[in-house]
Amino acid sequence: MKEIAATDISARVANLCIRACTVLPPDLIAALEAAREQEESPIGRGILSRLLENAALAAEEHLPACQDTGIAVVFVELGQEVRIIGGSLRGAITEGVREGYGKGYLRSSLVISPLDRRNTGDNTPPVIHTELVPGERLTITVTAKGAGSENMSRLRMMVPADGTESVRRFVVESVQRAGASACPPVVVGVGLGGSFEQCALIAKKALLRPLSQRNPDPLAAALESELLELLNATGIGPMGVGGRTTALAVNVETWPCHIASLPVAVNLQCHAARHASHEWS
Amino acid sequence: MSNCCPAGQAIRLTTPLSDDVVMPLRAGQEVLISGIIYGARDAAHQRIHAALAREEELPFDPTGQIIYYVGPSPAPPGRIIGAAGPTTASRMDRYTPALLARGLKGTIGKGPRSAEVRAALQQHRAVYFGAIGGAGALLARCIKVVEVIAYEDLGTEALRRLHVEDFPAIVVNDCHGGDAYFEGQARWRRATP
Repeated sequence: MKEIAATDISARVANLCIRACTVLPPDLIAALEAAREQEESPIGRGILSRLLENAALAAEEHLPACQDTGIAVVFVELGQEVRIIGGSLRGAITEGVREGYGKGYLRSSLVISPLDRRNTGDNTPPVIHTELVPGERLTITVTAKGAGSENMSRLRMMVPADGTESVRRFVVESVQRAGASACPPVVVGVGLGGSFEQCALIAKKALLRPLSQRNPDPLAAALESELLELLNATGIGPMGVGGRTTALAVNVETWPCHIASLPVAVNLQCHAARHASHEWS
Repeated sequence: MSNCCPAGQAIRLTTPLSDDVVMPLRAGQEVLISGIIYGARDAAHQRIHAALAREEELPFDPTGQIIYYVGPSPAPPGRIIGAAGPTTASRMDRYTPALLARGLKGTIGKGPRSAEVRAALQQHRAVYFGAIGGAGALLARCIKVVEVIAYEDLGTEALRRLHVEDFPAIVVNDCHGGDAYFEGQARWRRATP
């Protein structure tokens, strides 16, 4: 049995919030650099250069890369042999988000509900997805999910007869419909299968995968490559003003689904794909 | 780097904007904006819209001015503003034609505008500029003075007067029907098997 103090979790989560918002992950930086090398549109290349400068400036000056520091979406893998002492898991994470968004000068962007739009004042509550895993490990991943890309995300309950071709069309249409509003080049998380809510969840989890990593299932990997090519053929380009780089990666996650269903979710992520993780082991 | 961006072939604009300045602009041109611009987004526009409907005086005169759709992150100690990149312009579409009719000459945001807004830009000779979404730290550098002039209770959504120097943007919609998103995508689109 491993004991972890709630106060320790809070402190770590606070730092993860700040790190996620101010230091863009190395795989994202590498993807932007590679995109700039290959981008043929001069304006597109200029935009990619500015995004890279922005990332460096943000990290150097401890400023958020983007002012939309988003809703905090937290993924937890909690070992069954872990005992949290001095507080609840949800309480500890919530306090961490409150602290991180406060001392990190991150933006409080949440309102109480769509019906009562008063700001909650401290960017809580976070959305928390917790999975129990074997052993004594605790891993917490904080993502800052901004609204620009989230607002353009979609889910459709298709049927088997719609087929993979309809899935491809749905993904491409979703990115086209989003256009510059989702701040391309985007990372595209695609969930295929599951129940209605599981489909959305796996689409979001897909966004956490390292950008150069393909799905180990060959069918899904083939779809990822096809979709990336289709998206980059749209010509939308960096910030939608035209170019060859519309998407940095497409990550597809699948899940078993009902014999009568073909659920598909597209969770768009802008180029500021922000996440930070800590493991207690 | 001392400048927000290299001058290159960008056109320098200073607010307030007149028709003489706005009419030659074309979709796809890069600009550097200096002078006063007004920061406002969803909630401030809602209040401005309500004020217009009640025929009340607005907190600022829109004539010749530019509105920048921004909700900045909080200013850390020693800074006047946090990160300050653009927010999605289409959310302000329903409020924009009335402001254009009152003489607003420019808006800065990201993402496409509605057909109604694009028609109003042509009718009232105004321009929609796109700023780089997500370049929050870089764009904040171009902001030299910040003043909340109304709706302070809205926090990040308050109405702000921003003094900017060489703020980089691209003309997305000029006042002649040009559209950088449409034209750009058409130019770079590729056929696929």
